[in-house]
Amino acid sequence: MAILLNQNQDFTLKERFLNLNFTFIFIICLLAITGCLILYSAAGGNINPWALNHGIRFLIGLFVLLITSIFKPAFYYKTATPFYFLTLMLLIVVDVAGYTGMGAKRWIDLGFIKLQPSELMKIAIVLQLSKFFSTTALEDIRTIKGLIPPILYTAVPVAFILIQPDLGTSLMILFTATALFYLAGVEWYKFIALISALIVSAPILWHKLHTYQQNRILTFLNPERDPQGAGYHIIQAKIALGSGGLTGKGFLSGTQSHLNFLPEKHTDFIFTMFSEEFGMLGGVFILVLNLILISYGYWFAFRIHPSNYFGKLVILGLNTNYFLYIFINIAMVIGLLPVVGVPLPLISYGGTVIISVMASFGIMMSFYINRDKEFKK
Amino acid sequence: MKTNNKLRILYKRSLIIFSVNIFLFFVLLGRLYYLQIFSQEKYTLLADNNRISERLLVPPRGSIYDRNGVELAQNNQNFEALITAEQVHNLDKLLTQITPILKLSKEDIARIKKDIAHHRRFVPIKIKDNLNWEEVSTLMLNSPNLPGLFINEGITRYYPYSKYTAHPLGYVGTVSQQDLEKNPAPLLEVPGFKIGKSGFEKTYDLNLRGHQGTIKYEVNAYGRIMRELEKREGLKGKDLDLTIDIRLQKIALDAFGDEAGAAVVMDVHNGEILAFVSAPSFDPNLFINGISYKNWNELLYDEKTPLTNKAISGLYSPGSTFKIAVALAALEEGIITTSTTSHCTGKMKLGSHYFHCWRHSGHGKQNVIDAIKNSCDIFFYETALKLGIEKISKMAHRLGLGELYDLNLENQKQGTIPNKAWKRSALKSSWQQGETVIAGIGQGYVLVNPLQLTVMLSRVVNGGFEVYPTSIKQDNPPKPKPLKISKTSLDIVKQGMFDVVNAPGGTASRAKPKSKNIIIGGKTGTTQVRRISLKERQKGILKDEDLPWKYRNHAWFMAYGPHKDPKYAVAVIVEHGRSGSGVAAPIASKILEETIKLNIR
Repeated sequence: MAILLNQNQDFTLKERFLNLNFTFIFIICLLAITGCLILYSAAGGNINPWALNHGIRFLIGLFVLLITSIFKPAFYYKTATPFYFLTLMLLIVVDVAGYTGMGAKRWIDLGFIKLQPSELMKIAIVLQLSKFFSTTALEDIRTIKGLIPPILYTAVPVAFILIQPDLGTSLMILFTATALFYLAGVEWYKFIALISALIVSAPILWHKLHTYQQNRILTFLNPERDPQGAGYHIIQAKIALGSGGLTGKGFLSGTQSHLNFLPEKHTDFIFTMFSEEFGMLGGVFILVLNLILISYGYWFAFRIHPSNYFGKLVILGLNTNYFLYIFINIAMVIGLLPVVGVPLPLISYGGTVIISVMASFGIMMSFYINRDKEFKK
Repeated sequence: MKTNNKLRILYKRSLIIFSVNIFLFFVLLGRLYYLQIFSQEKYTLLADNNRISERLLVPPRGSIYDRNGVELAQNNQNFEALITAEQVHNLDKLLTQITPILKLSKEDIARIKKDIAHHRRFVPIKIKDNLNWEEVSTLMLNSPNLPGLFINEGITRYYPYSKYTAHPLGYVGTVSQQDLEKNPAPLLEVPGFKIGKSGFEKTYDLNLRGHQGTIKYEVNAYGRIMRELEKREGLKGKDLDLTIDIRLQKIALDAFGDEAGAAVVMDVHNGEILAFVSAPSFDPNLFINGISYKNWNELLYDEKTPLTNKAISGLYSPGSTFKIAVALAALEEGIITTSTTSHCTGKMKLGSHYFHCWRHSGHGKQNVIDAIKNSCDIFFYETALKLGIEKISKMAHRLGLGELYDLNLENQKQGTIPNKAWKRSALKSSWQQGETVIAGIGQGYVLVNPLQLTVMLSRVVNGGFEVYPTSIKQDNPPKPKPLKISKTSLDIVKQGMFDVVNAPGGTASRAKPKSKNIIIGGKTGTTQVRRISLKERQKGILKDEDLPWKYRNHAWFMAYGPHKDPKYAVAVIVEHGRSGSGVAAPIASKILEETIKLNIR
């Protein structure tokens, strides 16, 4: 009885902190430090302009992780819907009065920070769908009518992000959502039906894509199509990576990166630069660290209290989102996917991603801290 | 129960997604393996191609030396001024500062500005090359005030003896499109590379050129040089040692004065060419950096054709010098002896046609020695008639006329030693007896160049050995084979040639050297370029001197010395020199005298 009573009591701040998974956080730190190192090299052996900023942002991110982990799981359950709609609204604002940069409208300039609602949406959609699926019976989920709300929750933001245009983020949200649909128990054949429908409508979708997006896909399929233009990035990235060999050219010695043959070396193509300087061993190091992080995510989902179905879905959704970041980024820089502009979180230079990823880790931690407690709405 | 069912599905499916994740990680891993391990070599090569820019270094060209080791073609330092735009604070100010120092024209400044606009800002742009010492030192002194300007040191070909070596050395010049198509080598595409354009510079170009060096730079994606990686100096081309003697070359060319012509001096025993001049000459240094339009036209349209190497490309009737070949042929065939005489009355009738001796009053009774000494035409008309053209032609060939020599010089002309077969194939008509008569005095179809005549004289005076002319020093020159001409015959014609210079009344007694102890022999020749027409005679033009230059007679003199033990032979042609004895003989005699004095061996 006493134990039960204790279970229903909230943890103190200290207890919550001690309940964090420190191995998980340590690996996150290791990845961020790796990011700082390689950004130091990218600047030609200088902490400016990137490495120092990256470190500061990571520390802010760490703070965000701690803050988000303090909240109780019930908080996320309760705020999921308002948060989702607020984010959706911001997304619409961006499209209407957004800031134009890099040829794509993606930010709201709040003066001190450029807010990227599409990044927030990655978290918001996971929370909203998890809430929906956790409150809906399996029988309802398996009806067409029951699927209409979650499809709308997904389709509306995806559509708005697509017209920004940001193909990478829309695809990530779409895939994350699909994973949640699947985890919630939607039948196999429905996915197959959807995929078939997509294939049939592919030619129509193709025409809806912007010319630069079409070019990226065409160039991905055949980089030699335009070796001086769009194919240049892919070709140079492959050269940088391939010439790294097993052990790499050494810290600060990547010729492709330092002589500016490799484009976007501090953002989307940072994995390539790292692999040029540290070789395949370096690449495997980053892959393994991320695989450990993702494995932890799955373990968290299993570990938390069975009553917290919502939490399990949220963890798996956020974990899938993180996996997609890693996979899409690395696959695109090594020429397995078209270049769609997805960064490598914790390592690529860029503000919003590091904050949103750390926030999602924080939410996962919040469920993990309360892993032995029964979930109360 | 329902919740449990949902959980079961969640667990099962999350395991499936996890497996998919792990599978995809392995896909990435496999791709990394493929790119970084399997294809490493390929991509390392591509990365090096990206970052390494290799430039060729022009090797120093081989020098050309005369027989005494005097450098006739050398590589001189060449200074050029360049600017790197990105280091210049104020281009207009810099240009105004250097304009008075380098004497830049408005066109130069416009070109420099255009070059700068058309290149990336770190690419050096040439302002002026071939700076003289004064320009270099002034720029060096002011260099702190001229940021972005620097001086680069290169090498350029230089011919210190200028016109004295233009023939036969030739010159180098800028690579043309045709040169590239004919002989594509990467070195030829290096800006500023020079290739042999004429003379030995052209024929020995591949030997002289040397082996290119390379310099490797690391460059970034914009082509900026980051650092030098590796420098391999080129190998200097092979030097060329010529047989000519620059001292003699100068004496020979200067001996011509304003006259046009050519002279070849040869060692009669081994065929080494000691002097090889064609007058007038030109300054080969004009061609190295591209000759100006004005200079080129002056050379091209000069009626004395300075660009032609007349010693091998000029063909002239040998005139009376050919009588030596005719005399030898007749002596060897036994058709004449020293006691065979002709009576020269000044003319000879053949059929209905009269052939005249150059001396209208006639020479009287002449044997072969007299006939050579006096250059009596009648004696040789008769001798030629007795011999027939075939035997004359055969002897001329044995003595080296009508032959091409392996000298590695372009535009060597073979000339013509006519015979019946030649006329049939060349002119499609049969041989006339009258043609044998005039061939007997080296006129008509007979054409030779000065080199061939030198070879003939050498073979006659060296005791009948088949020497071949050579212009490159050889360690083991082949021993000349005997021509199997009897010593008696050779001595007879030699006696004739001795008399030409030394006997009273010899045709070239004016050719006697000033030094009394130097005894030479020789033979004159005068060949008509154009007859004086009837119309001109009526106008009062009776003598050759009265004709315009280009219609006057050519003058020959060939000489050997010392008479007792001949070492050197020389042949001199003076174009439109009017008479062999008057103009060519003094030149040849002067050259030969100096050769003997220099005692070249």
